[in-house]
Amino acid sequence: MSATAHAPTLAGDASRFYLREEHHPQNGTLLGFWLYLMSDCLIFAVLFAMYGVVGSNYAAGPAPKDLFDLELVALNTAMLLFSSITYGFAMLEMARNRVRPTLIWLAITGLFGLAFLGIELYEFHHLIHEGAGPQRSAFLSAFFTLVGTHGLHVSFGIVWLVVLMAQVKKHGLTGANRRRLSCLSLFWHFLDVIWIGVFTYVYLMGVLR
Amino acid sequence: MQTPTPERSELMQTLFGRLSLDAIPYHEPILLATFAVTALIGLALVVWITRARAWGWLWRDWFCSIDHKKIGVMYMILALVMLLRGFADAIMMRLQQAMAFGDAMGYLPPHHYDQIFTAHGVIMIFFVAMPFVTGLMNYVVPLQIGARDVAFPFLNNFSFWMTVVGALLVMTSLFIGEFSTAGWLAYPPLSGADYSPGVGMDYYIWALQIAGVGTLLSGVNLIVTIVKMRAPGMTLMKMPVFTWTSLCTNVLIVAAFPVLTAVLVLLSLDRYADTNFFTNDFGGNPMMYVNLIWIWGHPEVYILILPLFGVFSEVVSTFSGKRLFGYTSMVYATVVITILSYLVWLHHFFTMGSGASVNSFFGITTMIISIPTGAKMFNWLFTMYRGRIRFELPMLWTMGFMFTFVIGGMTGVLLAVPPADFVLHNSLFLIAHFHNVIIGGVVFGVFAGISYWFPKVFGYHLDKFWGKVSFWCWQIGFLFAFMPLYVLGLMGVTRRVSHFEDPSLQPWFIAAAFGAVLVGAGILASLIQFYVSYKRRAELRVVGGDPWDARTLEWSTSSPPPEYNFAFTPRVHEVDAWWDMKRNGYVRPTSGFLAIHMPKGTAAGITLAGISLVFGFAMIWHIWWLAGLSFAGLIGAAIAHTFNYDRDYHIPADEVTRSEDAYTRALAAQEA
Repeated sequence: MSATAHAPTLAGDASRFYLREEHHPQNGTLLGFWLYLMSDCLIFAVLFAMYGVVGSNYAAGPAPKDLFDLELVALNTAMLLFSSITYGFAMLEMARNRVRPTLIWLAITGLFGLAFLGIELYEFHHLIHEGAGPQRSAFLSAFFTLVGTHGLHVSFGIVWLVVLMAQVKKHGLTGANRRRLSCLSLFWHFLDVIWIGVFTYVYLMGVLR
Repeated sequence: MQTPTPERSELMQTLFGRLSLDAIPYHEPILLATFAVTALIGLALVVWITRARAWGWLWRDWFCSIDHKKIGVMYMILALVMLLRGFADAIMMRLQQAMAFGDAMGYLPPHHYDQIFTAHGVIMIFFVAMPFVTGLMNYVVPLQIGARDVAFPFLNNFSFWMTVVGALLVMTSLFIGEFSTAGWLAYPPLSGADYSPGVGMDYYIWALQIAGVGTLLSGVNLIVTIVKMRAPGMTLMKMPVFTWTSLCTNVLIVAAFPVLTAVLVLLSLDRYADTNFFTNDFGGNPMMYVNLIWIWGHPEVYILILPLFGVFSEVVSTFSGKRLFGYTSMVYATVVITILSYLVWLHHFFTMGSGASVNSFFGITTMIISIPTGAKMFNWLFTMYRGRIRFELPMLWTMGFMFTFVIGGMTGVLLAVPPADFVLHNSLFLIAHFHNVIIGGVVFGVFAGISYWFPKVFGYHLDKFWGKVSFWCWQIGFLFAFMPLYVLGLMGVTRRVSHFEDPSLQPWFIAAAFGAVLVGAGILASLIQFYVSYKRRAELRVVGGDPWDARTLEWSTSSPPPEYNFAFTPRVHEVDAWWDMKRNGYVRPTSGFLAIHMPKGTAAGITLAGISLVFGFAMIWHIWWLAGLSFAGLIGAAIAHTFNYDRDYHIPADEVTRSEDAYTRALAAQEA
């Protein structure tokens, strides 16, 4: 039954059947990370859907119009968008193979991220202080969860950013570190895209309602 | 059991949360006996491993291994162990329902009965069917596509251990506290904090969340493996059908499991943070939960069945000695099922009252699914038509599947008609239907797969006699166990009932219990089969790599395959690549081997999963300090792992040559 048990019908040309040299399949990290991001996107999709369904169930409590301070949110949005631009600069410096400028831009990105988080926490604190906490109504549960999940992602991104900065400092812009920086770049811009959705759907349309 | 007694000091509350000695169910004899038996078996295992001095070997070569083959085998073992637990639940329910009529209350109190049907569903889907399927895919896919491992070997190990942690949490609930009583999908408001204040629901949530992380990551892993790592020449339409169905399954996993994660997070927030997503008041919407959980849940059943459609395809063409009939239509049918499986979720709750138009839409999409599935069935039949069929064990299971699954499919189409569903919703008819497709499809498929690939994995055949005993016990036992449930369901008996008044129903339940006993005999026969085959392994030995005269690349390697799978990466020209090689004068290379680049084993996966276990347990019992500590530990350990850049090594050419030479000698000895 084994291969050698068959009498070869024609003289086997080995190269037809296998590679004589080592085969190096493409690296799949970026594809894998994309897939992860899409799965994460689905989590946000569920949270958006939840907000869409219960977002106007105020339970005789406050509505978006009473709560949202668009100027503050605009400032917050600006922080996040700037952080994406500065991450882009970091990637450009990485492409030029310059460690120090890469690190500096990453640090600036992190600071913008922290500013975003700080403003968000201030907003949350303010809302809870006013009695509009996540327990008040289904609308507020969905609001805090959607925005909070995004915020958690940004916090995670910042932790990751700091770790990567340490690794770039330690090992330089090696292949592995470049790959990691690209993944974090995807992650960071992805959070931007999600935020655009939050800003439009939750805040802008919320104030219109 | 869960509410802290008032005299409990604040210190104890802080230290142990809700956990106290009352949580140990020592007043329940059934649980006590189960615990004693489990503890004895565990102890015996520990003693046996210690006496064999096998801990180091087990740790290095298995627990920390990132070899997809070993991880695949470990998944199968996990599933087998959990099958015993899930079946124990099943037979307890069958006995209770056969006994509890009129004055006789049976031997299970309702609260215990509720935990049993919940645990049975959760275990069978998440910790039996899923690990079986993942195990098969893990083992076979890289070999079928001519790869040396999966795309992310470390993640693969991590995924496995996260699944184990989920299973461990469910098992822990048996002896510390209790399990959920809210059914396998935990619909709110029953599963909310008001109606299920105990730890049972939290065991459910954290077991599924932790195992879900593993499942999602292994889904990403296998997609990337299939997309990026195929041998040169293997275009998409030259992939073996099992690889195709695995690809579609993993796409479904990545598309469905995040929804489960999200909906369970929302339910946890309702329970832990008093939010109002699925509550009855403050604007909550329980039906939203039902929608979301089925948006995951329906694709889930296709996640389970698709890979086994692949197994049947491989088995039918191998044992009919023919190319698979209608390969292209098979691929398209799989893809169409993948897409449609996302568009039918509402048929699980036609009775929600979404109106005639919505119900019709989902009824029609559901019926449409039977078209590609039917096409598959005909493809298998036409493959067998005029084939030279060999009635080996895998083929037996496959034919049992074709017979059984068609019945289940037809009752499924029946249930897809909304007006009929209004009568049959939540009845035993439904229970009979989904066991019909899951046992007839998934379980039979898993056994077909096990008996098909066993000689590849271990290098010897499974004993045929005990295999046949197992098959016939399962087949006949299944009919006895579930055909009566169809009848009872049509008579209007609903599911999840632990006691009946109408004595005329009893004979049907007794027949069903008899069926369950037969299925139990089938499981026992399988265990005997493994034992007997192991004992007789010398005579059942497979020397060449290809005992079935099969068609795909995994059979071109030795059995068991070497760690690196292929000494040289194969070049593919046809769908049945190995068949093509055998027919066109392939000669196994015996020299010129090169060093092979391989990933290194690591303890990071089992470490992270272990910390997750502590975290899950702490969250369940509200031991906040431990939850915080273990969460910080989890992040810390993950970060520490990223500082390890030394993740691969080369198997030296000498070693490759040695292992290939050994195989050459074995082949020569066989021919001599």
